[in-house]
Amino acid sequence: MHYEAPIRKPLIEGDKSYHDITLDVVRPVESSAPRSWWIVFSLALVAFLWGVGCILYTIGVGIGTWGLNKTVGWAWDITNFVWWVGIGHAGTLISAVLLLFRQKWRMSINRSAEAMTIFSVIQAALFPGIHMGRIWMAYFVLPIPNQFGSLWVNFNSPLLWDVFAISTYFSVSVVFWYVGLIPDFAMIRDRAVKPVQKHIYKILSFGWGGKAKHWQRFEEVSLVLAGLATPLVLSVHTIVSMDFATSVIPGWHTTIFPPYFVAGAIFSGFAMVQTLLIIVRKVFSMEEYITIQHIEMMNIVIMLTGSIVGVAYITELFIAWYSGVEYEQYAFLNRATGPYWWAYWSMMTCNVFSPQFMWFKKLRTSIMFTFFISIIVNIGMWFERFVIIVTSLHRDYLPSSWSMFSPTFVDIGIFIGTIGFFFVLFLLYARTFPVIAQAELKTILKSSGDNYKKLQEQEDHGDH
Amino acid sequence: MATTNQIIVNALYDDDDVLLAGVKQVREKGLEIQEVYSPFPVHGLDKAMGLKETRIAIAAFMYGLLGLTTAISMTYGMLIIDWPMNIGGKPSFTWGENMPAFVPIMFELTVFFAAHLMVWTFFFRNKIYPGCKAQNPDPRTTDDKFLMEVVSSGDTEELMSLLKQTGAIEVSVNNAEHA
Repeated sequence: MHYEAPIRKPLIEGDKSYHDITLDVVRPVESSAPRSWWIVFSLALVAFLWGVGCILYTIGVGIGTWGLNKTVGWAWDITNFVWWVGIGHAGTLISAVLLLFRQKWRMSINRSAEAMTIFSVIQAALFPGIHMGRIWMAYFVLPIPNQFGSLWVNFNSPLLWDVFAISTYFSVSVVFWYVGLIPDFAMIRDRAVKPVQKHIYKILSFGWGGKAKHWQRFEEVSLVLAGLATPLVLSVHTIVSMDFATSVIPGWHTTIFPPYFVAGAIFSGFAMVQTLLIIVRKVFSMEEYITIQHIEMMNIVIMLTGSIVGVAYITELFIAWYSGVEYEQYAFLNRATGPYWWAYWSMMTCNVFSPQFMWFKKLRTSIMFTFFISIIVNIGMWFERFVIIVTSLHRDYLPSSWSMFSPTFVDIGIFIGTIGFFFVLFLLYARTFPVIAQAELKTILKSSGDNYKKLQEQEDHGDH
Repeated sequence: MATTNQIIVNALYDDDDVLLAGVKQVREKGLEIQEVYSPFPVHGLDKAMGLKETRIAIAAFMYGLLGLTTAISMTYGMLIIDWPMNIGGKPSFTWGENMPAFVPIMFELTVFFAAHLMVWTFFFRNKIYPGCKAQNPDPRTTDDKFLMEVVSSGDTEELMSLLKQTGAIEVSVNNAEHA
């Protein structure tokens, strides 16, 4: 019953028992933070506070403090929004889609990937909020009559679809994550010796005791949530792309946007998972759980989705030419050769060219190279959104209103602030939460653990 | 569940396969297993214990239908009956004509209702909530031990030796007043 084909490499290395998994997962929570944690945390906190200052300044003074002008009415704010939402997608993909496909390698990375999802969607949700200008009017997006009079929200608008998609995505991701966390919190609770810590984990674990019926329901709930989250995650970036695709701006008005955005989201999300997990496995010595094989698998996903994104870029160019619409043709010519050529070619280099290195096994199993590419991919994906948004807008139908966009310190400050906020949340998570779904991982120890696989092999040889 | 004069015997195991074999043996003897606590879902345990299949997925489907109905009534009530709006020439005279533009809302609310209400049902049926007392009598069962509680219907000594034979590492009579 614990059989797995010998050709599959072990997913848990080292001579682990169930108790070893417990100890390895709980170690960061029970030990005190190393100096390096405090240094990185302080840096992230400073960036976050700087961002808070810039946000408060924006709210106080208005979005006139940003670099927006009459022609470029959307720029960094929406770029950052789409970028952060896209990053979030990988977490759901790992925990939901790979669960449905019964990919066991998801188990040691899904907890952190989902945490990344939640923290990056928080960053994303900030941007439409502050871009409203008058954030105290944010309730206008809820289906209640505006000004409590008679006018309702417009269900025909993709921007409203976005409100429903992002809030459903965020809240469903949170419960999916939390349901999985409950048994692991219970494990920390049962080990805790300090009264305060024990009390906190008692609250967090909801009193979970691991009764047989409860595990049966737990597995069913996980499966159904995965089934719900899979179309949900695809719908979210589809709807985000419709913010652009349903408009009539050349460069935005394309039917390729939904699949192209979803592929790009997975691409950037996996890159961010790599960035985070390469650090986590090193700092918390979890190399035996997050193995080279895990990193290689994710690199293959990056290579595949990067190629899909590349095909989408080329398709866009072809269709612009083939459509015969001169505005569309100009929009793409302007992207590649206009004043923003450097953004376009950065995007092409980072997103289409760089993941092709992953065809080489030596490179995709190299930690340093993977880390480097993961950063490059995230820079590239930020440029992709910038290119789509700003270069489509900055030269509109009326040449007299053509302009350029340059960010102010507030634009930059808010973006850096969200990166800081993201890392503040992730660093706090890494010290207080079980970073590996240990209960789930224990179920595959006997089939995919190194020692058990060796045992299995010996038995097989004995039979012959 | 348990009556006051019932005697419960605890058997602690340190391996899921041994536990599973133990559960099967105890069941074959016609004894009643009150509960099994395990640190992770043991594959096949629910069947070995004779637990019924959970109906929580059916509940989730119902909740999804409720979400879909909510989305339909909301779009119909607000944008067709109360205040029809002509936006981008999208036909707003009947709900059916305007429906394609409502599909994202219908989908999102279906997922929203199904996911959240199912999880609330999960918490409610398991009687777990923030601050609830730990349900497992032995804290080791969230780490690497497995605990089986068997109802003693006759000779308790005999039951205890049977449980020892199945490979339990600790067998004791349960004096706690939980259950």
